[in-house]
Amino acid sequence: MRKVIALLLALVLVFALAACGQEAAKPEAKEDTPAGSAEGGLIKVGVINNPPSESGYREANVNDFTSVFTEENGYDAKFFYSIKNDEQLAAARQFITDGVDYLLISAAETTGWDAVLKDAKDAGVRVFLFDRMIDCDKDLFEAAVVSNMALEGETAVNWLLDQKLPEYNVVHIQGAMGSDAQIGRTGALDAQFEAGTMHKVVQQTATWDEGEAKKIVEAVINSGEPFNVIYAENDGMARGAVAALDEAGITHGVDKDVIVMGFDCNKWALRELLAGNWNYDGQCSPFQASVIDQMIKTLEAGGTIEGLNDAKQIISEEKGFDARTITQEDIDTYGLGE
Amino acid sequence: MQDDIVLTMRGICKNFPNVKALKSVDFTLRKGTIHALMGENGAGKSTLIKVLTGVYTMDEGEIRIDGIEGPVSIRSPQDAQNCGISTVYQEITLCPNLTVAENMFIGRTKKKSVNWKAMEKRAGELLENLGIPARPRQQLGSCSLAVQQMVAIARAVDTECKVLILDEPTSSLDDKEVEMLFRLMRELKSRGVGIIFVTHFLEQVYAVSDSITVLRNGELVGEYDVKELPQVKLVEKMIGKDLEDLSVIKKGAAASQENYYEAKGLSSSAARPFDFRIAKGEVNGFTGLLGSGRSESVRAIFGADQVTGGKVTVDGKPAKITKPLHAMKHGIGYLPENRRGDGIIADLSVRDNIILALQVIQGMGRPISRAKAEAFADEYIKALDIKTASTDTPIKFLSGGNQQKVILARWLLTHPKYLILDEPTRGIDVGTKTEIQKLVLKLAEEGMSITFISSEIEEMLRTCSRLIVMRDRNIVGELTGESLTQEKVMRTIAGGGD
Amino acid sequence: MKTKKTSRFFANNSALLIPLIAILLLVIFNLFRDPGFFSVSIAANNNGDPVLQGNLISILNGASELAILSMGMTLVTAASGGQDISVGALAAIAGSVFVKVLKGGGAITGSTVLLAVLACCAVAMLFGAFNGSLVAFFRIQPMIATLILFTCGRSIAYWINGGATPTVTSGIIDGIGSFIPGIPIPTPILIVIFMGILFALLFRFTTLGLYIQAVGINQGAARLNGINAVGMKLLAFVLLGVCCAVAGVIGVSRLSLINHETLLINIEMDAILAVAIGGNSLGGGKFKLIGSILGAYAIQALTTTLYAMKVSSTDVKAYKAVVIIILVVLGSPVVKEAMDRLWKKLRTSHPKDAGKEAA
Repeated sequence: MRKVIALLLALVLVFALAACGQEAAKPEAKEDTPAGSAEGGLIKVGVINNPPSESGYREANVNDFTSVFTEENGYDAKFFYSIKNDEQLAAARQFITDGVDYLLISAAETTGWDAVLKDAKDAGVRVFLFDRMIDCDKDLFEAAVVSNMALEGETAVNWLLDQKLPEYNVVHIQGAMGSDAQIGRTGALDAQFEAGTMHKVVQQTATWDEGEAKKIVEAVINSGEPFNVIYAENDGMARGAVAALDEAGITHGVDKDVIVMGFDCNKWALRELLAGNWNYDGQCSPFQASVIDQMIKTLEAGGTIEGLNDAKQIISEEKGFDARTITQEDIDTYGLGE
Repeated sequence: MQDDIVLTMRGICKNFPNVKALKSVDFTLRKGTIHALMGENGAGKSTLIKVLTGVYTMDEGEIRIDGIEGPVSIRSPQDAQNCGISTVYQEITLCPNLTVAENMFIGRTKKKSVNWKAMEKRAGELLENLGIPARPRQQLGSCSLAVQQMVAIARAVDTECKVLILDEPTSSLDDKEVEMLFRLMRELKSRGVGIIFVTHFLEQVYAVSDSITVLRNGELVGEYDVKELPQVKLVEKMIGKDLEDLSVIKKGAAASQENYYEAKGLSSSAARPFDFRIAKGEVNGFTGLLGSGRSESVRAIFGADQVTGGKVTVDGKPAKITKPLHAMKHGIGYLPENRRGDGIIADLSVRDNIILALQVIQGMGRPISRAKAEAFADEYIKALDIKTASTDTPIKFLSGGNQQKVILARWLLTHPKYLILDEPTRGIDVGTKTEIQKLVLKLAEEGMSITFISSEIEEMLRTCSRLIVMRDRNIVGELTGESLTQEKVMRTIAGGGD
Repeated sequence: MKTKKTSRFFANNSALLIPLIAILLLVIFNLFRDPGFFSVSIAANNNGDPVLQGNLISILNGASELAILSMGMTLVTAASGGQDISVGALAAIAGSVFVKVLKGGGAITGSTVLLAVLACCAVAMLFGAFNGSLVAFFRIQPMIATLILFTCGRSIAYWINGGATPTVTSGIIDGIGSFIPGIPIPTPILIVIFMGILFALLFRFTTLGLYIQAVGINQGAARLNGINAVGMKLLAFVLLGVCCAVAGVIGVSRLSLINHETLLINIEMDAILAVAIGGNSLGGGKFKLIGSILGAYAIQALTTTLYAMKVSSTDVKAYKAVVIIILVVLGSPVVKEAMDRLWKKLRTSHPKDAGKEAA
């Protein structure tokens, strides 16, 4: 009996390790592609990103890059994923040593990149940043394709103001405090609270946790204080809030008691919009690959990059979807995940 | 205060809820003497010691210490330390994973930083002076128990120590180690330290002490000079009645010839291969010095260590005993040597401790009902005269002797055919000791086979009809009938030949 | 006679005083703040079914996952003298398996849900056994052993479903996560009661409780009394695995969505806290399951109170910490001893009572 148990446990162990191993092995395998095998004419690109398991956003982001930087498209691309800055830095050095032409970076942390980027410049490797900025001299990179979280918040709040409600009693559910997305999406709404155009019923963080968002909204419902807007800083928390509304018999969505707003444009969230259960979903575009692809092609053709702002940024075009106007096509084009 | 008196306690009273633990007890200790504090369990010895060391605060009375004006107030162990009173307890309270030197000084330096070199040097000198066979940089855990005990004493006396209290220091030492400890005690005595010596071993009292104070039921019986108080008288004073009882114990009739348990070439990860048998109704014993392999042998019989070989028959049928549960299912019970570490489940109630073995034999799916457990517990508390507030009391609150009785009750409840008792009387007062010895003989008469191990040869001779003598982890002799004399046993143990 | 019985009850259950006092204080505080705080009303939900509502229901409902995990955590703590910090990660794995099976084949029926529950229980038990074997066979400290799964658990959960936040739509899942049509009590509360009864039966009809305590208090002695100490520790972890699976299923069902990154995140610390507040020693040994459950409700009551008071989000954790410090200090041995002394003094000053006790 004991032996059987031990055997079973050993199997579990192997299973678990294999699971962990696969995670780790994926990027390695891709990295192994020998640099020399690239056909003449292919542009050598090293992409450093966060692992797709980080979030739905990241998964879409990774898929976007792997589908754009392909051999058919003229690239010999190598990918490296890590949420650890030092591992990313080491990978960047390796890419430079391997002699890539371009380095594409979504950094885990904003600091500590100066030396590596200088090395890259000395080695003639050109650098693009995407998704996240790095604190460094802007001569060290060609351009940065990023989202403007504050703009996302403003777009959403402007949409809300356009609804011309007689009064705005807002339940504001925040993401993890201090994250870029939270700061950006909170800012615009805070301005309204301060200006007095909207009334803050409650402002509470659920740290991106759907279950916690539900508890927060339950507490508001139990207090009996009236509210007519739920502004959740991502789709998951909006879903948690809606679950609380459903249990309390409070209607929500187009022409209902409570307006529901979310962010990130997960496919399932957009479907809620299409069904009229939610009212608004703000996009946070993970699609930066084609923009960078265009810029690289421009540089290769001897041109110069245009349309950069003072910080050498290109702001990704990001929309906000209204339940009244959204179409199935929008969901297929812009929705993340399944 | 007389010049040579270092400690006087007068009219000490201590009450606990429901119990008067000390009733106006006096105690006097002179410089450079070893003073034995004697009494049965519950006589008030430990309470008196705890009052003196500041663990308890007394309700009435006064304590005076040489060199300190007026009565002293001892409200914490720190106070006691400041008055020059140091204590070494029965259970070693040092850290086995630190070095000897660290153990001697740690927690005693006022400064935050430690000068390791100086500390080790100082420790080395002290160890050498006191004749303790340990090196300062040695890990304490790698020393023998006796040396650990002596390190604890060295730690205690290194401070300005006038009074040294040794609470059952010898209970886990063998004769050689006890002699080593005695040498150390005499050395300290010659330096003028007053030593209070608490022990259960009468012989040791006579070997080393100068005077004796006897307590009984929280009252002072008297203070005596060792030379004026023969051993028998001492025991009488302790238990308060004439000592006919002790000699009354006689071995039962000859055991039947039918073996209950037999092993050939039994060995375990700790025991070398040995042959062993025990007849139904027989009481036999393993004897030998501590570490001679006697405990390891009985552990192998019970399957407590990993069994590595041997053929075992139980009641005439071949049996496989590789873990305790197997042994238990074959009607074997085992009272381990180390009561605290291997016997009691400290936080569990007396009731749960009593039913544990029976419960395990019955199996996980058949729990003993609360009412039944209560009845079992009550029955054995009465039968063995276990002193406990209730069946719900955690066993850790009982005195050592009563804990031992609970473990005994645990095995008796399973109605074993064969019971192994490893040091059942260690650290137990004289009265209980006799009770246990009587019980062993009574059980054997009823047909139970019993293997008895004790460090006291006298006790073995009184109970066992056959002694297996071990030396250096091998069986070196077997004594029965006429040859069962103290002298013969000693000679076999020592290897002097016949 | 009666006083003797009650005083013995308190002596035996003094460990429960802390969570009870905590809950009592929160109740009094809230009633003082808002007399209607605990009022429960019946309203219709969006499906038109009548359901119970109010802060009391929110607390009981919201604490469900924590209560269930704290039961398993109590067993692991008692048997191994350490804590499992991978419960949140394991719940995420279980939840992912649950969703994976549900999405595996066509329409979601009662039998597919049952199959999914069984599958995720089995997987969670295997992972529990993995943790348990590290602790029991290899004698690794529980916190270190479970650190492995704590670190890679949510990655495994991601790997199971591939997508980040798959959703399931089914009335049955809604029934598990919120209300079964016709029953006004939130289903998670019913599941906690079910689990509680299950453990009560387990303790009533097996000797599990005695064995686990014996192993936790003195493993050597337990072994010499024929108890399979290794097996008991393993079993405790496997039972905790079941608790993780159930908590994961509830968490997923509440929102019909699995987010492996956030599902029951940081709950391991609350579960350990519930065990501690419940008066159980984190060093193992004796335990009271009911204490941990009360501890879980005390924690949720505190959180709900803070939400109701609209304490700013950045301050919530600080307030929580203050209350927890008070609770933990109240339950510390130093304070306990002081209380015991006070209690004894009170009794000796009433000699009548003392006499009764002695008799």
